[in-house]
Order: sequence, then structure tokens, then C-alpha cells
Amino acid sequence: MSDVVEIEIPARADYVSLVRLVVAAAAELAPSLEPSRIDDLRVAVSEATTNAIQAHIRSGSTRPVKVCCRCSNGSVVVTVRDEGPGFDVDALPEMPPPESEARLGRESGMGISIMRALADQSSIDSSSEGTEVRLAFLVGR
Amino acid sequence: MSVTIRRSEQPPWTVLSVGGELDVVGAPDMRQAVVTAVAEGSRLLALDLSELDFVDSFGLGAVVGALKRVRQRGGELALVCPSSRIRRVFEICDLDRILALHDSIDTLSELSAVVSDGAASTRRRP
Repeated sequence: MSDVVEIEIPARADYVSLVRLVVAAAAELAPSLEPSRIDDLRVAVSEATTNAIQAHIRSGSTRPVKVCCRCSNGSVVVTVRDEGPGFDVDALPEMPPPESEARLGRESGMGISIMRALADQSSIDSSSEGTEVRLAFLVGR
Repeated sequence: MSVTIRRSEQPPWTVLSVGGELDVVGAPDMRQAVVTAVAEGSRLLALDLSELDFVDSFGLGAVVGALKRVRQRGGELALVCPSSRIRRVFEICDLDRILALHDSIDTLSELSAVVSDGAASTRRRP
């Protein structure tokens, strides 16, 4: 049995904070994750939602971005779906080493690494019809 | 909650105290504050993140941009970041390897600025 919270937001950057707020509040209602893990959840969901919004903005889509938060005793699982043009998950450029001069020229491109580092399980399914990011935070981790 | 930015001078440092949420909405405001401070001659810039509630990759990007800008002017950037929660996001991206992270604004006064050959670096006094 799990509690499900679903929201649809306009593809506007100022809605990202609302998504963080709703997902964190839903996770807190299901007393499963430690507070520090809810902090991780907020960051990871922020990355996924911002990417989705930017995909819609780039493609000119006026469709909403959809976020689903599923809370159970064992996990909190968030999916973020967009209807943007998609991207090749396997062709993401590698980040230069921190000490290299080239690193200072890269102010973006860290979001997916952060999502993958913070979530216990993550997946990205992307096609020309859109992208779905799934982030799972497991109890006891 | 949006981002708040307050500028103060703690010679030789210019301090930007950043509070609130440093995300896709807040990061451009901090980036602009850095651009202004550097354009006005600040070479030793400290970002005080003590009151920061949230940071994601967009905030990190703005910090990387700040580091690039001050170094282009021969300066240096220091971060005051007492929160392990905020610091963790920097560490995930290995930015703690190139940024001076401090626990308190008070430790800035313990730093000496060494400017030589047009390049500035920071070190702790023994």
C-alpha cells in the first residue's frame, strides 16, 4: 500500500520550488525517510524537474510537466515526466577533472550526476516523445 | 522562498551573504552580484552560504562561474559553508577540491591574501 501524490505544473522555472515543497511534504507524511534523506530527495527532484521544464521551454511545448510521488513504508519513488524532444542518455559529456582549466568553463551539466549520486536507484528513459526520470529513495539507506 | 543577497566589506574581502534557495531561479541573481562586485574591483570574494537553505546544480554552476571570474582577475574565491547538507552537494561534484570551504565567516580574518605577479592566492596563517 502506498500514498500517491501527483501534480502537474506549468513549464516555468518558478514552479520548481513548489515541486520541492510538495514532494518533501509528502515524504514527511509517510514516516519512512530520515530528514537528511529528504534533503537529498529535494535536491534530486529539483534537478529532474528543472531539466524537464527546460526541455519544454526549449521545444516550445506548452504542456505541463508531470510529477508523481509514491510513498510507502519501504521507499519514496518520484517520477518526473516531460514531453520534450528527449536526449541520448549515453552521450552525455563527461565533466572535466575539477583541477583542470576546462572545468571552470562548465557551469552546467552537473544535474544528472547529482541525481544519480543522491538517489538509491535512478533511471532515465528518453525518446523523441519525452523523458521520464525515476528516483527511488529506500528506507534504511 | 527566493534567494537573498547582501554585500558587505571585510577587508580585504568582499563578502556576498547568500540566503534562501540557490536554484534555477536564484542562481542568476547571485551570478549578477558576483559580476558587479568583480567589475567594481573586488578580487578577494567570499560567498557566505551560512543562511542558504537549498542549493542544486544551478547554484553550483553560479559558484563555478564566480570562481572563474575572480581568477581571471587574479583573485580568489572563498566559500563559507557551515551546513553539511549544503556542503554535501559541492562534494558530490568534487568542487570541494578546488574551492576553499570554511565553517565560519570568522575564519576569513585568519586568511592572509598573498598577491604576487598579478596572481592572488589564499592561505591560513600558521
